[in-house]
Amino acid sequence: MNYNVDEKGYYGDFGGAFIPEMLYPNVTELRESYLTITEQPEFKKEFDDLLKVYVGRPTPLYFAKRLSERYQTKIYLKREDLCHTGAHKVNNTIGQILLAERLGKTRIIAETGAGQHGVATATVCALKGIECIVYMGELDIKRQAPNVARMKMLGAEVRAAESGSKTLKDATNEAIRDWINNPVDTHYIIGSVVGPHPYPDMVARFQSVISEETKWQLQEQEGRDYPDHVIACVGGGSNAAGLYYHYLNDKRVNIIAVEAAGKGIDSGESAATSALGKEGIIHGSKTLLMQTPDGQITEPYSISAGLDYPGVGPLHAHLFRSKRAEFISIPDQEAMDWGLTLSQMEGIIPAIETAHAFAALDVRKFGSDEVVVFNCSGRGDKDLETYIDYFKL
Amino acid sequence: MNRIDQKFQEDHKLLSIYFSAGHPRLEDTVPILKNLQAAGVDMVEIGLPFSDPLADGPTIQKSSTKALRNGMTTDHLFSQLEHIRKDIHIPLVLMGYLNPMMQYGIEKFCKKCEAIGIDGLIIPDLPVDVYHDEFKTLFDQYGLYNMFLITPQTPEERIRYIDKVSNGFIYMVSSASVTGAKNTFGNTQTTYFERIANMKLNTPTVVGFGISNRETYETATAHSKGAIIGSAFIQFLEEKGVAQIETFIRSLRE
Ligand SMILES: Cc1ncc(COP(=O)(O)O)c(C=O)c1O
Repeated sequence: MNYNVDEKGYYGDFGGAFIPEMLYPNVTELRESYLTITEQPEFKKEFDDLLKVYVGRPTPLYFAKRLSERYQTKIYLKREDLCHTGAHKVNNTIGQILLAERLGKTRIIAETGAGQHGVATATVCALKGIECIVYMGELDIKRQAPNVARMKMLGAEVRAAESGSKTLKDATNEAIRDWINNPVDTHYIIGSVVGPHPYPDMVARFQSVISEETKWQLQEQEGRDYPDHVIACVGGGSNAAGLYYHYLNDKRVNIIAVEAAGKGIDSGESAATSALGKEGIIHGSKTLLMQTPDGQITEPYSISAGLDYPGVGPLHAHLFRSKRAEFISIPDQEAMDWGLTLSQMEGIIPAIETAHAFAALDVRKFGSDEVVVFNCSGRGDKDLETYIDYFKL
Repeated sequence: MNRIDQKFQEDHKLLSIYFSAGHPRLEDTVPILKNLQAAGVDMVEIGLPFSDPLADGPTIQKSSTKALRNGMTTDHLFSQLEHIRKDIHIPLVLMGYLNPMMQYGIEKFCKKCEAIGIDGLIIPDLPVDVYHDEFKTLFDQYGLYNMFLITPQTPEERIRYIDKVSNGFIYMVSSASVTGAKNTFGNTQTTYFERIANMKLNTPTVVGFGISNRETYETATAHSKGAIIGSAFIQFLEEKGVAQIETFIRSLRE
């Protein structure tokens, strides 16, 4: 089986572009140009240069000695938390701003949950001197205050999404409505491998630098360019897609996806889409999503704003259905505890999203010769207040 | 003959009204339909509420949310409409997003529509090509029309394609925008209305989005067969209630 997108924008049963006619010209323009533009040597050069001198790539592949000893396996961390702005999100926004520039767009919109994608978008807009508007759920504005301030400092306008659950899904709705209202001058920088084709593939390609580097870094450190397991947290699924990308069709590599169980899968307050979702349409994509029997999209819950999304990118829905990837879900409490563990065992304070991935170590046994690569997708600065409240620091 | 085609043969401009089923009150659906027909409305779009209506502005977002809170579901709407054809003879179109229909089961949904006497569907997030490849056979089998949208940004070639595969009417979105009432139409809109009229399409066009009063209704219908009013009607319903529907319709045309 092939796990790359097909020419119609599908991953197996999932994907496509279920968009209102109002978005047709924009999405068509993107679909017809994203590969030609991103494959131009001149584009590649600017993209690679910015990743190097601005983002700080390559990010280290760090062998976590103490963790490896405790869990009797070889644990590596792909340090996306060391990217400029503090998470993997910027790999994608660099790519998309360069694309937007070449499409002649003069106004950028984005949605954000944890604020990481909003900050990464505001950053590249500042870099290029382009107007930036970020939609963010009212609830997330409250729980991710430092990132709201950062976006403002960077010159972006942060608009509150006040509908629905007032989180990521609603911010995405508002961004899509903005795009409908501004079809000519605006590019919408989606923050994950979600949305209508070509977004999932385009974002995955920009994030694929993560596994591209992992390959040669592993070759240097382990003498082989593939691990036995790759593990990442999945909100929409962009950091995961980046880590899996060059291993998708390599059967030697086991793929593990970690979702947020929130207060527990059966609690009614969860964001574990693979366990709770059914096939449907969200934000222009056919995928798995959490919904009522009547087809109304459910309001998800996770302590981490970046995983608080009722759907999952179509690539991941396909990895799940075809059993290419193992999906596990981790409740708030275990993720929070891993925030502390990683801090105190490796000196790395992770984002709460990222902390979910590490909890796989308690659920899943790995052999002592096995090489396990975790995507350390982001740092915990933005979550300090949540950590302080939770641990009474 | 489909009631929509019959209606479009009449020699006058058509007024069509959209409302969210289940709003303002859960059981208002049938009374609203009866009042609209009595007031001389030509066609009605019944909105099947959705939690995440991407193409809608604040008014319809709110009415949809409220309808869902009131307890509206696909099943409940179908049960309200079960005997609707005893009283209502004007064309009825269901307008809703794809996800609730998928969960209901597309074929079961079509079957139910046919049994009730629904004439067609408008599904904003179902693109023409997907409809053509995956839905058309089923819709045809149950005698349902599916109407498509065009916007000021739709390229001419695509409008021609939509015209070719359309039945019923083409829904002309008045401007690049989500739904919502506007007080006037500017030059951009009139130029666009004229441009489309000059294309001499085979399918009649109806203008929607942004129509709120007699002025916008008249501008919209100057170059098209009819107009659809949604948000402005929903606002009126909320303020004045179902019993006053005739006043609203009379304010638009005598
Ligand atoms: C650090 C970090 N990791 C993961 C995510 C989840 O997004 P995705 O699943 O697209 O990687 C976010 C989202 O905000 C994030 O900030």
